[in-house]
Amino acid sequence: MTERKNPAQKEFNKTLVQKTMALFSSKQPHPIKIKLSNVHKSFGKKVVLDGLDLDIRKGESLVIIGGSGTGKSVTLKSILGLLTPEEGSITVDGVEVVNASTKVHEQVNAQIGMLFQGAALFDSMTVWENVAFGLIQGHKMKKKEAKKIALEKMAQVGLTADVGDLYPADLSGGMKKRVGLARAIATHPEIIFFDEPTTGLDPIMSDVINDLIVDSVKKLGATAVTITHDMTSARKIADRIAMLYKGKIIWIGTVKEIEKTKNPYVVQFINGSAQGPIQMAVKADD
Amino acid sequence: MEFISLLGRVFIHFLRASGQLGIFTVKAIYNCFTPPFYFKKIAEQLIEIGFYSLPVVALTTFFAGAVIALQTYTGFARFSAEGAVAMVVLIAVTRELAPVMAGLMVAGRIGAAMAAELGTMRVTEQIDALSTLSTNPFKYLISPRILAGIVMMPVLVLIGDVIGICGGYIIGVYKLDFNASSYLVNTWNFMEPMDVISGLVKASVFGFIITLLGCYNGYNSKGGAQGVGSATTNAVVSASILILIFNYILTEIFFNS
Ligand SMILES: Nc1ncnc2c1ncn2[C@@H]1O[C@H](COP(=O)(O)OP(=O)(O)OP(=O)(O)O)[C@@H](O)[C@H]1O
Ligand SMILES: [Mg+2]
Repeated sequence: MTERKNPAQKEFNKTLVQKTMALFSSKQPHPIKIKLSNVHKSFGKKVVLDGLDLDIRKGESLVIIGGSGTGKSVTLKSILGLLTPEEGSITVDGVEVVNASTKVHEQVNAQIGMLFQGAALFDSMTVWENVAFGLIQGHKMKKKEAKKIALEKMAQVGLTADVGDLYPADLSGGMKKRVGLARAIATHPEIIFFDEPTTGLDPIMSDVINDLIVDSVKKLGATAVTITHDMTSARKIADRIAMLYKGKIIWIGTVKEIEKTKNPYVVQFINGSAQGPIQMAVKADD
Repeated sequence: MEFISLLGRVFIHFLRASGQLGIFTVKAIYNCFTPPFYFKKIAEQLIEIGFYSLPVVALTTFFAGAVIALQTYTGFARFSAEGAVAMVVLIAVTRELAPVMAGLMVAGRIGAAMAAELGTMRVTEQIDALSTLSTNPFKYLISPRILAGIVMMPVLVLIGDVIGICGGYIIGVYKLDFNASSYLVNTWNFMEPMDVISGLVKASVFGFIITLLGCYNGYNSKGGAQGVGSATTNAVVSASILILIFNYILTEIFFNS
């Protein structure tokens, strides 16, 4: 009998204990990771979120769909505390983030990775420095070690090592998106937000990214929230799909359920039809 | 009626803007003195503000000193008091010209650059991205700039003092035919520590004003390219005005009591 167990064994035991504990402690079958209740957010007179309720379960992959400008990005930014709702509550692991102090936001956001819709790469840094940023700043990792991990993550999104020394201004739109994705997952966050991860990518690369998102959830146990307009991608990565319309979640269900639903809004959206209850404002207001 | 409501609106807008700036100032100062400190960022800004502003500050203070020598000579000749040139150059440069000239030049150079850089980072969501990567944007972007401004402006002004006095000396000796050694002796004998110190304190305050307004306008810019453009303009204009106002207030405090 040796006193020391190997790290993998130790890790396994730890997760086993955690899982058993979770089984006994939670009455619900799905513990809730992020809870939004009655969230209201307006910009001036324009109401964007109008009493939004949404529960995001631990370890699930949730996809949010909905028309352009319905407030999908605003929802994610509210969870991160980048925007402050006027009303309602948002909790992450039970911690309230609406109107919370900078310290609380820092603690909560430390376990969240975010891919921004416009990638939001730091243009004063090279690509690998972008990807390694969270490792160096948040995890206090040495530069050399962080670069190694950054290059690994870049390889996972199909970017070769020579891209690492370029600046974001020298990249194509799809490459920027993938760098943003590598940056979001580099620190192995518990929660990952992807704002339109496959927009601007070719179909093959899109599928590579879909696999990566599925892996992040299935293998690494992360909780993922993905915004997308791409229904192929949504079907592939989602455990559940939620549809946002007029500031509320009007439908939520599994991929199987969405194929069978009779909800006219959802049917119109997934079929991409101009006819239906959702009216796009294509006429100028008089 | 219309006019009164307009006046009211302008007043409320003014109150809101100054309240916002006040909160921003308190937050900025608080974050300057609480860890973590980003020493590499501070060093970058020290070089950016100090080293790269040196040429403009040197040029402007040199010609300011030179022109003061010329003006006093021709002006004071009316009272046959040409001998006072060295002293006037000394006082004018150290108390006023070096700090104010350097302040306005650095406001144009650094204030504008900071507003444009932070403004672009704001509208492209880079500032939002920072806070999702375990980094407080105030500590990472704003504190280093403000600290560097407060520290580096006095250094620039001290160098400007020397160069401005040299400017006066060169005009005095080579154009107005003063005796070189007596010009220097006069300058040295008239020098009071307070002249130089007051100028350096002013410089530090100006450095704070320039970097604070550059950061404030950039950090809060909205919209796209146009928003960044107007943030840049506002940063330079408001910093320049505040520099001139605080220049008066500080002079009053130093020399009128
Ligand atoms: N900072 C802001 N200031 C003012 N209005 C904003 C701001 N951010 C978002 N909005 C408004 O909120 C609405 C929702 O924006 P949001 O970015 O969440 O849309 P979205 O659902 O992500 O759309 P898309 O699919 O096109 O990205 C839009 O009408 C937008 O004009
Ligand atoms: Mg969006």
